[in-house]
Amino acid sequence: MHRINRKDFLGGGLMLLLGLGAAFQASHYEFGTLRRMGPGYFPLALGLILALTGLAILLGSLRGAAAVAAARLAPEWRGWICICAGVASFAVIGRWGGLLPATFASVFLAALGDRKNTPVAAGVLAAVMTLVCLVVFWWLLKIELPLFRWG
Amino acid sequence: MMGRSLVDLWHGFGVALLPGNLMWSFFGVLIGNLIGVLPGLGPISAISMLLPLTYALHPIPAILMLAGIFYGAQYGGAIGAILLNLPCHPPHAVTCLDGYPLTQQGRSGTALGITMLCSFFAASVGIIVMIIASPLLVAISFRFGPPEIFSIMLLGLLAGATMSRGSPLKGVAMVVVGLLLGVAGTDVLTGTQRFTFGITDLDDGVELVALALGLFGVAEFLRSVNRMDQIAKPVRMRMRDMRPSRAELRQAFPAMLRGTGIGVLFGAIPGTGPTITTFLAYALEHKLARHPERFGHGAIEGVAAPEAASHSKTQVDFIPTMSLGIPGDPVMALILGALMIQGIQPGPQLITEHADLFWGLIASFWIGNALLMVLNVPLIGVWVKLLQVPYRFLYPSAVFFIAVGVYSTQNNLFEVWEVLAFGLAGAVFVALDFPVAPILLGFVLGPLVEDNFRRALLLSGGNMAVFLQHPISAGFIGASALLVAARLFFWVRGLRRGTPDAMTALLPEVPPG
Repeated sequence: MHRINRKDFLGGGLMLLLGLGAAFQASHYEFGTLRRMGPGYFPLALGLILALTGLAILLGSLRGAAAVAAARLAPEWRGWICICAGVASFAVIGRWGGLLPATFASVFLAALGDRKNTPVAAGVLAAVMTLVCLVVFWWLLKIELPLFRWG
Repeated sequence: MMGRSLVDLWHGFGVALLPGNLMWSFFGVLIGNLIGVLPGLGPISAISMLLPLTYALHPIPAILMLAGIFYGAQYGGAIGAILLNLPCHPPHAVTCLDGYPLTQQGRSGTALGITMLCSFFAASVGIIVMIIASPLLVAISFRFGPPEIFSIMLLGLLAGATMSRGSPLKGVAMVVVGLLLGVAGTDVLTGTQRFTFGITDLDDGVELVALALGLFGVAEFLRSVNRMDQIAKPVRMRMRDMRPSRAELRQAFPAMLRGTGIGVLFGAIPGTGPTITTFLAYALEHKLARHPERFGHGAIEGVAAPEAASHSKTQVDFIPTMSLGIPGDPVMALILGALMIQGIQPGPQLITEHADLFWGLIASFWIGNALLMVLNVPLIGVWVKLLQVPYRFLYPSAVFFIAVGVYSTQNNLFEVWEVLAFGLAGAVFVALDFPVAPILLGFVLGPLVEDNFRRALLLSGGNMAVFLQHPISAGFIGASALLVAARLFFWVRGLRRGTPDAMTALLPEVPPG
């Protein structure tokens, strides 16, 4: 019995779903004819190609491809969550609080993702980057986001 | 035709040497070099972060600056590879193999000096090839109609998808994902909103900068946070260390020539990425060497050949990008995107209609590569210091630069959410061993592919055979079929034998991209 190549199994499945989803969505647009293609023709074809490719990857994984034994890395939840939170905080705080708080928050949160960073170190780095942001983006490049805003 | 090119080139030097243009070119090289040196940031991140800055510029300084950023970042990446064994940009992974051992032997100066010489030499050869080849290519490409353009793009996409490490099917899947992303937004012909899911911010389609920074910036940080081992060994570096001895030069010279040749060859084939080019150059040196066992222990040829290959490929890559509108790799796709944002449609008419831009760009390559040499001799100490910035300070700052960079493309915070979404998607793809570079290729070419596909079939009255009836188009379709067949053959044979296929065996483990 072959071992299933897990990465290919999941990846193929993901592509199959993405392809079917795209094809389904594209089927709502006008299809047209080969001569006069509607907006739905090309994306529908792409969706089906993607689904077929995904299916092929999935079937290939069942045959147990020579799995190159790569060292499995432990999940890095702290880093992942902090980086995502850093990016998201720029969008949220930029909307409700302005450029400077958004800058501070994004750098501070992202920096906390590294295990060697203490909150103090992250705060200092965030403060320095806020200063850089003030000089480079607000003063020199005249970014449109206001420095502070309330609500 | 050559005479005409030389006159145009002379004019191009005039354009590139205008103080305003020269300044932006210099600025691009400097900033690109600076960003390229930083661990984890390659030319793609450098270009996409600075792309919004060029919106305010005229097309010529904008493109000169972007090209400057590109080769500056490329050279900067080699510094990280040689001094710290950190391949910031996948093509440099192979430079690490012999560059880092040279550093361990205390010969890092020699390695950097050779790299600089090779990049200048290879770029010069690439430029000469550009001068000779582009008018010829233009003459041919004027006979390109929609069927030909569709077919050559198909070839480019397939080459981009399959000429990478691992399963060719995964590459194809990623290209299709990119094409689908390119479809999103308002359909030009009918005004239908496709894949926007009622989000009005998506009406103009997916933002190129957000996609690039998500896939190559955020995804890269997600992958390497807390996993990047940085050996911050203080490296002493002085200017005169960088001058290689005569014996070392003699050793490196043939390798440099061969590497340059490989780069030129692969630059002319659309879709073949820079990584595969550098690996082939290295593999060739290894095969030809009288003492192959020296490789991996600090062989000068192992640094010279791949670096020469990557730089000559870079230059030659501009030919299909500018004259046919077909980018050879993701970086070229970004530059193509930048041109389109400036309202310049790449294609055969670009060289005739925007002659000042095209020849100015070629001239600026030469000037820029000379600037790179001049800059790096005195600044090498600064770069060495920069290399020692710990990753834990670097990536949070980069997160901010990415966020503010995508915001400024449209002055819209929605782009920040986009970058996050693509970052997460990219990290998932990379974790499942999918190559992400083909996504960018598919995204940029997507609208062009669809447009030319529709037009070709409109003209032929819905007859699919049109792609085979036009001889040039049939040639490209044939080449595509051959490529797919050959790649599948080697892949399946590899699976049968239980050994990695030829292509995979050739390519050591590298970061995706």
